[in-house]
Amino acid sequence: MDKKRVVVTGMGALTPIGNTLDAYWEGLISGKSGSDFITYFDAEKFKTKFACELKGFDPMDHFDRKEARKLDRFTQYALVSSDEAIADSGLDLEAIDKFRVGVIWGAGIGGLETFQTEVLNFAQGDGTPRFNPFFIPKMIADIAPGNISIKHGFMGPNYTTVSACASSANAMIDSLNYIRMGYCDVVVTGGSEAAVTIAGMGGFNAMHALSTRNDSPKTASRPFDATRDGFVLGEGAGALILESYEHAKARGAKIYAEILGGGLSSDAYHMTAPHPEGIGVIRVMENCLEDSGVSPEDVDAINTHGTATPLGDVAELKAISHVFGDHAPNININSTKSMTGHLLGAAGAIEAIASILAMKHSIVPPTINHTTVDDQIDPRLNLTLNKAQKREVKVAMSNTFGFGGHNACVLFRKFS
Amino acid sequence: MSDIASRVKAIIVDKLGVDENEVVTEASFTNDLGADSLDTVELIMEFEKEFDIQIPDDQAENIATVGQAISYIEEAKN
Repeated sequence: MDKKRVVVTGMGALTPIGNTLDAYWEGLISGKSGSDFITYFDAEKFKTKFACELKGFDPMDHFDRKEARKLDRFTQYALVSSDEAIADSGLDLEAIDKFRVGVIWGAGIGGLETFQTEVLNFAQGDGTPRFNPFFIPKMIADIAPGNISIKHGFMGPNYTTVSACASSANAMIDSLNYIRMGYCDVVVTGGSEAAVTIAGMGGFNAMHALSTRNDSPKTASRPFDATRDGFVLGEGAGALILESYEHAKARGAKIYAEILGGGLSSDAYHMTAPHPEGIGVIRVMENCLEDSGVSPEDVDAINTHGTATPLGDVAELKAISHVFGDHAPNININSTKSMTGHLLGAAGAIEAIASILAMKHSIVPPTINHTTVDDQIDPRLNLTLNKAQKREVKVAMSNTFGFGGHNACVLFRKFS
Repeated sequence: MSDIASRVKAIIVDKLGVDENEVVTEASFTNDLGADSLDTVELIMEFEKEFDIQIPDDQAENIATVGQAISYIEEAKN
């Protein structure tokens, strides 16, 4: 069976460094840090007192009060970013066959704040259960794509993929395959997360996963640096409109890039620690290249998972050297998490968008906050440190790895 | 307007996001004020909390309008 070609025709972003696609790109190339002290709750007693929160996002700018109350922040972010992507795609929602439009979304956790609020209310009461009837439908991870479809009437496949920090890469790969196989013409995909909450910060802190650099929040996310001490929790959303090439061409759509393929693998090793030899990570990049039909030498840029954990960064770079061999030093490698923090289930989406925009503008966003060389890292690798680099990017890869050992990798090519 | 009526109306305005002048005695939560089944459950729970009363499910089913809510609560508080 001939697989259909799949292209990206619209994008939207709501990130700690910019609340629109354009603002996000401006933030990326100017090396902006999205990290600062937490404003959502009093974090005084927390080991980590900072995070990458959205700046100046007011739900009332997008929803009426009644609507906003029924939507956890992760769903609000999903709706705002997917609205931007749909508008950007120029899709005529009156003209298309909505049974052929899916929504496949990624969320690592879902409505954590809603869960927290409801359980705290119960704990503070006398034992009488007074759970809000919206508790469950607000909290469940699949409600984000549910609400996107309700808003626009998209009646194709609709669900959420959950694979922790790989969630939205899984969503993009599923979307790609549904269109390839001819089950859909268009899929609204991406991911959203809103875990900067008491439970989210407390939980990740307990794992020793987060940076505790409270004396310098802005420079705390420092992937590949010898002094890195964990990731900075971020929040927000990224949305992409994937569409079959023939559908996009028939309506004269603007095409950002072609999504060539995806790779999937599992470490089968540990709940949270990366495999020391990176077997799963090597495998996922190899799978992705094979599925995409490109050779390692074709790859110009890799947006890494690069969360700034001591073990993970080194393991990933070693895996890149293994897969790409002598070509590895020619690749612009970066971690945009140095700027955005780690958006968990939304990371794959916003990083795919960063890769696509790097192609469009021929500029690779930097890995900021780098001061100290880590001698465990091959010095020949170009980690795009501190400043954006001009570079024609024809083929770009984006890696994501999730707790549980889930690895997912997507590959985009400049459209021609 | 009684104290109970004004508190009931304030809850309805808050939870259903409607204008105060729409919240008239005859207004039905679902037919006139845009409530769905979950909104209605939430309203009943808010009345219970605000007035410190219990509204059993079989009686909650009979509270479909603003006026019915006010009368039920006035009776329950007497």
